Parts: sequence; structure tokens; C-alpha cells
Amino acid sequence: MSPSGAEVLRQIKSRIDEVDPAAVHEQVGNGAVIVDVREPEEWAAGHIPGAIHVPKSYFESRIEGVVPDRSDHVVLYCASGNRSAWAARTLIEDLGYENVESMTGGFTLWKDRGYEVDVPRTLTAEQRERYSRHLLLPEVGMEGQQKLLDARVLLLGAGGLGSPAALYLAAAGVGTLGIVDNDEVDLSNLQRQVIHSSERIGVPKVDSAELTINGLNPDVKVEKYALRLGPENIMEVLEAGWDVVVDGLDNFPTRYLLNDASVRLGIPVVSAAILGFEGQLSVFKPYDGPCYRCLFPVPPPAELAPSCGANGVLGVLPGTMGLLQATEVIKLILDEGDPLIGRLLMYDALSATVSEVKVRRDPDCPICSREPDEISDEELGVFPDYEAFCAGAH
Amino acid sequence: MATIRIPPVLRASVGGEKELTASGASVGDILRSVAEAHPDTQTQLFAADGGLNRYVNVYLNDEDVRVLDGLDTSVGEGDTLVILPAMAGGAAS
Repeated sequence: MSPSGAEVLRQIKSRIDEVDPAAVHEQVGNGAVIVDVREPEEWAAGHIPGAIHVPKSYFESRIEGVVPDRSDHVVLYCASGNRSAWAARTLIEDLGYENVESMTGGFTLWKDRGYEVDVPRTLTAEQRERYSRHLLLPEVGMEGQQKLLDARVLLLGAGGLGSPAALYLAAAGVGTLGIVDNDEVDLSNLQRQVIHSSERIGVPKVDSAELTINGLNPDVKVEKYALRLGPENIMEVLEAGWDVVVDGLDNFPTRYLLNDASVRLGIPVVSAAILGFEGQLSVFKPYDGPCYRCLFPVPPPAELAPSCGANGVLGVLPGTMGLLQATEVIKLILDEGDPLIGRLLMYDALSATVSEVKVRRDPDCPICSREPDEISDEELGVFPDYEAFCAGAH
Repeated sequence: MATIRIPPVLRASVGGEKELTASGASVGDILRSVAEAHPDTQTQLFAADGGLNRYVNVYLNDEDVRVLDGLDTSVGEGDTLVILPAMAGGAAS
């Protein structure tokens, strides 16, 4: 008659080396390879810091990839010390490993002793499904998706550029979207501002945008600022821990204000502008590249600075440019690819051409040639003839 | 002949053209010949002292002429000058 499973386990334990969690605790970081043989759900609930996960069900096929040198010191653990004993026997007797131990009492005893535990962050089953096409990309993957979910992106305007940018950033799982806009949805917006809808005419844009975003992706939290950005509130809005700002502003004074405040706070700004059939796009990452003032030291006079309200814009164009902005935002969050820093991209929809010019840091830039703490509140957004410019623009 | 790309805000001043061609040995020569042919562009491109307006960027191919030799930058056959004033159009309602 064959011996019982319990009897076999007793025999195995008598043949292999067992080690107390106290000894393992001292060996962590000391050259021993700590291997957790439990199931993925157990690993996800917490494990020994620095341990490698090789579930017992894949043990024989995967362990050589993790520990190729059979003379390495390997410590195995499971929940209570039984599965790791079986696995230790496999390592020693079937695979020829020379220096293998199984931790007595397993992870349960480790935790009872009060030793440190790593709890890895994981996606829910629904999130794994929702972001499955991201998870398949090596440039995003689980880690990148976590970065997106942790990210805080502030959109200045839920208008032509902000609408498509917000939609795709929400779909991508950017965890927090701030939206600054003090307008209400107007019928003439709907030709391009696709985050709003006919039923929401008259509704504040921040509320309309929030409704659409919540419907698209419940992972995304919306922080609403129903205000017009100005010198009196910009620092308060920008200081809420944003990783990236998306600039879709419609006027020069606020663009300079945003530039100066974002340089002071070190927040990258993905900036786009549109007119007619043409768009411009660049990324201003403080001190890594030029700022907006390096590119345009002073704004043009009012007659050369029309807004799209006055001059018209092809409805698709802010979609194109807003999505290029969203793409740059995601690249910055993931730290992947070549961001559009120090380059200005120009898109001409009528000729279907994209061209690019170089943008240099100005060593004499009134803002970014100085240290952030040297930029005073009073200087933010100020440029020569500011009063005259604003008077002319209205 | 060099090609000069005209931004949307200046097109009304050059008869609606998106591109012009002009001859000249330097950026200054070419822009002055544009202003001569299209007088409305004079004050848009040039400050009273004859220098470029600060709010207009001019690129020779993809490089800002200010980091080259400014208006004295020499221009070769087949080069492109890009005139680029700042645009602010964005979320306008």
C-alpha cells in the first residue's frame, strides 16, 4: 500500500533542509534567492520583499529561467511550509540544485513575526480587461498602466482642444483629470467640442465633461474648476500636484501666465494652438527645454492675434491637435519615446502636411533663465505693454 | 529662389497666398523684397528700426534665424523660410 500524502511529506521534510523565518529575514539581500511558490492571488495579497514569484504549478518549467546556476542558495516558501517542501524536493532530487532550503511556517509565520511585507499593486479583473490593449504593449504594460492610473493631468479648457484630449486621456485610464473652464455649453461649440452634447446646452462645461468622462471610464476622477484662470488663482490651481498640464487656452495673457507659473512649479505643459486649418504643438518642460517665452518672447499685437471665435476653425482640427496633445501627455507620464520638447510641430490640414522647427532655450529668457524661487508672484504673466495688449484685445 | 511660407494671419496681406518665392542672398533681402511686393506686411514683419519684430519668428528651414545671423543669415537656392507668429487659438467658445 502506498504511503499517505502526509507520510510522504514527512519523509521529504526529513530529507531536505528547513530554515526558520528569522534566518531568512537575515538572508534577505544577502545573496540568497528567495522564491515564493504560491498561487498568483496569494502573491498579490502580499509577499516577502525581494522575493521572486514562481508558482508551484509552473515550477519545473520556470525555475531554471529564474535561477540558472544550480549552486545558488535558494530559499523556497509558501503559505505554511508544505508546498515549498515539495518544491524543494523537486529542485534537489529532480533538477540537481545543490543549496536549497524550505522556510518553515511559510509566509504565515513570517507575517506573525512582524517582518516586512510587500503588497504589490494590481489591476482588478475589470481593469485588466479594459486596458488589455495597453497591457499588451511593452511600452505600457502593467507598470505603465499603473503610472497612468496614478497620474494627475490638468486640462485648461474643456473646449476644442480639451474635449478630445480629455476623452482619450480618460479612456486611457489617466486617474485624475482636472478641468478648468468657466463657460457653459453652447450650440456653436458642438461642431468640435465632442465631450459635450446637444442635451447639455446651457450646462457648465466642467459638469458636462465630468458626465461624459464618468460614463466612459469610472476609474477616472474629475476635479472641476469652474473659473477663469487669472493671476489671482493660477498658483492655487496649479499647486494641486499636477504631473502635466494640457494648454488649450484661447488668449495670450493666460498663456504667458501659465508659462511663468508652470516654470516656477516645474510642471511640463503640452501646448497647442489652432487657427483655420492649421495647428501648432509643442511641449514645454521647464529647464529640460525651452519655455513658451523662449519661443515667443512677446505676444503679437491684437490685430495679428485673432482667436478662433473671430476667425473660424475647421471642427476636426482641434480634434487632431487635441489628440496629439493627449499622445504627448501619455508619453510624458510613461517616460517613453521622444517628447516634442524643443520642437514645434506645425500641421496644415488643407495641404495634409506636418512640418517642424527647432525651439531653442533662450539664455536670456526673463523667466526660465532664472531659478524657480526667483520668480515672484508679481511677475507671473507680465510682459511689456500688457495693459495695452489686453485693452486692444477686448 | 527661396520659398517663403506665409502663416494664416499674414495671408490677407499677400493676396491669400500660402507660399511666395523671392530671390535674395540673405534672410533680410528676401523679407524686404516680400514687404516691397506686399506693403501691408512691412509693419507686421519689421520694427521701426528695421529689425524683425520680436513677436515674429523666422526660420531658415527648421532653424530660428536669431540663433544664426539674424537678417544677415545667407540663404541658398531651394531653402525655405518659415514665418511664424504666435497663435493663441484654442478653447475659444
